[in-house]
Amino acid sequence: MSKRILSLFRNLFRKRAIEQALDDELLSSLEALMQEKMKQGLSQSVARREALMEIGGIEQVKEEVRAVGAGRSVERLARDCRYGLRQLRRNPGFAAVAVFTLALGIGATTAIFSVVNGVLISQLPFRNADRIVSVFEDMPDFAQGSISYPVFLDWQRDNRSFESMAAYRWANGTITGAGQPENVRARCVSPAFFPILGVNPILGRNFNAGDDRRGADPTVLISEGLWQRKFGRDADVIGKRLVVGGTGRTIVGVIPASFQLKMWNFRTSDLYVPIGEEHDARFFKRDAHWGTDAIARLKPGVTVDQARKDMARVNAALAAAYPDDNKGLKSTILTLKQGIVGEMRPVLLVLSGAVGFVLMIACVNVANLTLARSASRQREFALRVALGAGQARITIQLLTESVVLAVLGGGLGLAIAQWGTAAAVAAVPRTLPRAEEIGLDGRVLLFTFAVSILAGILFGLAPALKSASGKIGESLKAGGRSISVYRSRTQAAFVIGEMAMAFVLLIGAGLMVRTLLQLWRVDPGFDPHHVITFEIHPASSLADQSPDAIRALIRQWRSSLHGVPGAEYVSLEEGAQPMESDNETRFLAEGQTPPARPVDLPLAIEYVVEPEYPKVMRIPLLRGRFITDADDERSTRVAVVDSSFAQKYFPGQDPIGKHVHIDDETEASHRGFLSLLVVGVVGHVNQFGLAGDSKSALHAQIYMSFMQAPDARMKNVASGISAFVRYQPSLKAESFFQTMRTQFLKSHRDTIVSDNESEEDVVARSIASQRFSVILLGIFAAMALLLASIGIYGVLSYLVAQRTQEIGVRMALGARHADVLRLVLVDGARMMMVGVAIGVLAALGLTHWMSSMLFGVAPTDPLTFVAVAAVLCGIGLCACYVPARRAMRADPILALRHE
Amino acid sequence: MGQKRTDLLRGTLDLLVLKALSVEPLHGVGISRRIAQITKGAFQVSFGSLFPALHRMEERGWVEAEWRSSDNNRRAKYYRLTSAGRAQLKAEERQWNEVVKIMTTAVLSS
Repeated sequence: MSKRILSLFRNLFRKRAIEQALDDELLSSLEALMQEKMKQGLSQSVARREALMEIGGIEQVKEEVRAVGAGRSVERLARDCRYGLRQLRRNPGFAAVAVFTLALGIGATTAIFSVVNGVLISQLPFRNADRIVSVFEDMPDFAQGSISYPVFLDWQRDNRSFESMAAYRWANGTITGAGQPENVRARCVSPAFFPILGVNPILGRNFNAGDDRRGADPTVLISEGLWQRKFGRDADVIGKRLVVGGTGRTIVGVIPASFQLKMWNFRTSDLYVPIGEEHDARFFKRDAHWGTDAIARLKPGVTVDQARKDMARVNAALAAAYPDDNKGLKSTILTLKQGIVGEMRPVLLVLSGAVGFVLMIACVNVANLTLARSASRQREFALRVALGAGQARITIQLLTESVVLAVLGGGLGLAIAQWGTAAAVAAVPRTLPRAEEIGLDGRVLLFTFAVSILAGILFGLAPALKSASGKIGESLKAGGRSISVYRSRTQAAFVIGEMAMAFVLLIGAGLMVRTLLQLWRVDPGFDPHHVITFEIHPASSLADQSPDAIRALIRQWRSSLHGVPGAEYVSLEEGAQPMESDNETRFLAEGQTPPARPVDLPLAIEYVVEPEYPKVMRIPLLRGRFITDADDERSTRVAVVDSSFAQKYFPGQDPIGKHVHIDDETEASHRGFLSLLVVGVVGHVNQFGLAGDSKSALHAQIYMSFMQAPDARMKNVASGISAFVRYQPSLKAESFFQTMRTQFLKSHRDTIVSDNESEEDVVARSIASQRFSVILLGIFAAMALLLASIGIYGVLSYLVAQRTQEIGVRMALGARHADVLRLVLVDGARMMMVGVAIGVLAALGLTHWMSSMLFGVAPTDPLTFVAVAAVLCGIGLCACYVPARRAMRADPILALRHE
Repeated sequence: MGQKRTDLLRGTLDLLVLKALSVEPLHGVGISRRIAQITKGAFQVSFGSLFPALHRMEERGWVEAEWRSSDNNRRAKYYRLTSAGRAQLKAEERQWNEVVKIMTTAVLSS
């Protein structure tokens, strides 16, 4: 074997030497033969002639010997490639169109694959990442909700499936006492959090059980970035103090910058504090859901399904032990990747399918081109066959040429993909999870290469088979004049296929456009224009401040914001924020019977706002009045409910004057209720995004006066509150914010103002995944339409050219221009009709895959189908018209002389 | 007439070449002549078949080639059996004998 490989290399690389040796051998044999003949008494010239005759032609013998050599096929491949390239150079127009078409198809496919690869396929950058899962607690009206901390502790103790479990939630990241006060991203985590992810501190240690309990010495882990920025990479940072959210903490470790994790409920942060050290006793109540989520690492050999069964067992036991709080307790377990990718998975799969169609259309187009060209090369092939080339040989050569073409297209496609991927990711930066992991890696390159080869074989196959099946003699005789029935039938099939695929893609894009239009038509319930929202964090601890002092501070903040030039209305806000974050309260409406268990009380979305809030957000007042300045800490507690609350809990009654008792979570020991008097009804606000609100089970909304919030709740101000400000329409959001920030900080030096966003951006973000799909599907559909139009144009042009004589005869016999036009158009229309019919069937079968991406439109929306069919046929007919006109203008004399 | 018989069986050519080389190394023309001699002129191997066969056998390691001067002081490429070639010759001879035995029995029957 090794000998053979050696000889292969020798044959490939020492070709000249081998040829030389062969020449020498044949020459010496010739001489030997001549000598033999001369010995028999022949003259030199006769002997030479006889010797040559006996050898039977030096060149033939050489050719036979070469055919035996190893590496022969590689050599032949190289020769075919060179020949293919030469053919392309000879026909640059064809080459350019074919390569560019393929580059579009392969480029788009590669771009989508690199996104799919980065988001769906590639491993998360953690040790054995497929063994890490996300665990959620399901509530009746809230799947995959947050976990109550005692339940988490029970899970941690009772499960048999996980090596370890870790909880995490938001934390206040206000840093003071180390340079300029600032607000950074912070999270509370369990000690097991970093070990589960396989992350080790580069300095110091991780949290341990001693840090993670109430009353422990406050500790903190800092990020490498913060270490660099605040401490200049000082190796002695361990043991230093850092004031976080008003609490002095000891730095115990530094988390490497290489740790990057982005989920909807977690972002790599600058600070981490132990979750179990929470001093607020309410956190440890069994019915408190403080936005805690969990991750866990599966024990070796345990599957996700086994873990689900195990957790169901644990939950059943907990439900039995704590019927009041945990009856019907359920949990959802997803792999970490599923949790991160979330709703983008179906979107990406649909896009992959769509881009596959684009690639196929591109292939069909090039196949068409190659087929048309192979018609003009028919004589070349016939000649080669006549000279002794085998059919297989020609087929292989044609395939090689196609693959050469495809690889060229793939190379260019890679450039397009690189640019396209960057553009796609940049267009919707926040929509795509793991966007930073998208790029051209080895797997993508391999994919592109494989796709190129495959595409080459795919579109090369038809012309190659055609040439193989053709009767060579016929084609030599016909001189390329006759119409091959086979060829026109193949081309018709191509056009039909292209039309069908373009139709499916257009339907996909059309449905997404309709979805987006529907979403834009959704009334968000507020006016997001000219409103900004941002966070204000007090830099110093408010822990020692009285609730009244905090109220006074809030009033000062509000009046400072009001004083900023350009500010029209201002409201500070706590609780839920439309389309951004939610916050719920349990309540009992007047006239309803209280359920046996408090956890069975209904939920309402809770907004704690100031009087100008409806003016900032332009939320319509439907009945009664909104909260006023008079509704302060000294007056009767009031509430305003939204229309869905009123309909659901006060059906057929006037809610004004009725009472709503809301769950007062301020007492850790016992459950209390705050009574609120309903004074008004406002319009419903879209809390869960333009697309999400109608899908959510939770609609009831309740507004409370900030000044009337319970004392304990005022303490929350310490960890920052939101501000909503409506500014004059003539101003720009960003410049207005900068003015406001500078102005505000002048009078409130001890605060941090950050995280500003315009409400328009907030609304746009809620439909970002639909916009992402519309943009990409739109591009793909446009490409498909363009390619399919070029395809049908090309085929009809070709057929018209082939029928020039027939048309000439018809016209000579008295056919009018209109008849000729109709002749060609009917041909085109027939192909399109069949294509559209197949497309309709295919689309009906395929669009249900995208139903989770649609909003307010059925996957079989008749309007979209009709519109798309009309557009496709219209453009297709335009593509037919040009060749049809050319046929019509044909001069009968010329056409006949063509004969 | 001899022409017809040369394309008897493909394996025959290999066997004949190996047999021709079993006595002494020979160059191409020599092999052709030796085959004619040992088959009493029944086989006239064409060079168009002989040279490819020799190259094939060289690649399989049955024969080795070497440039030497011939009887009349001209350089020629001489082929020599390797040990693998000898083993192959034995195997082919045995195979051939079996084929002959079977065919003889078959032809003589009935």
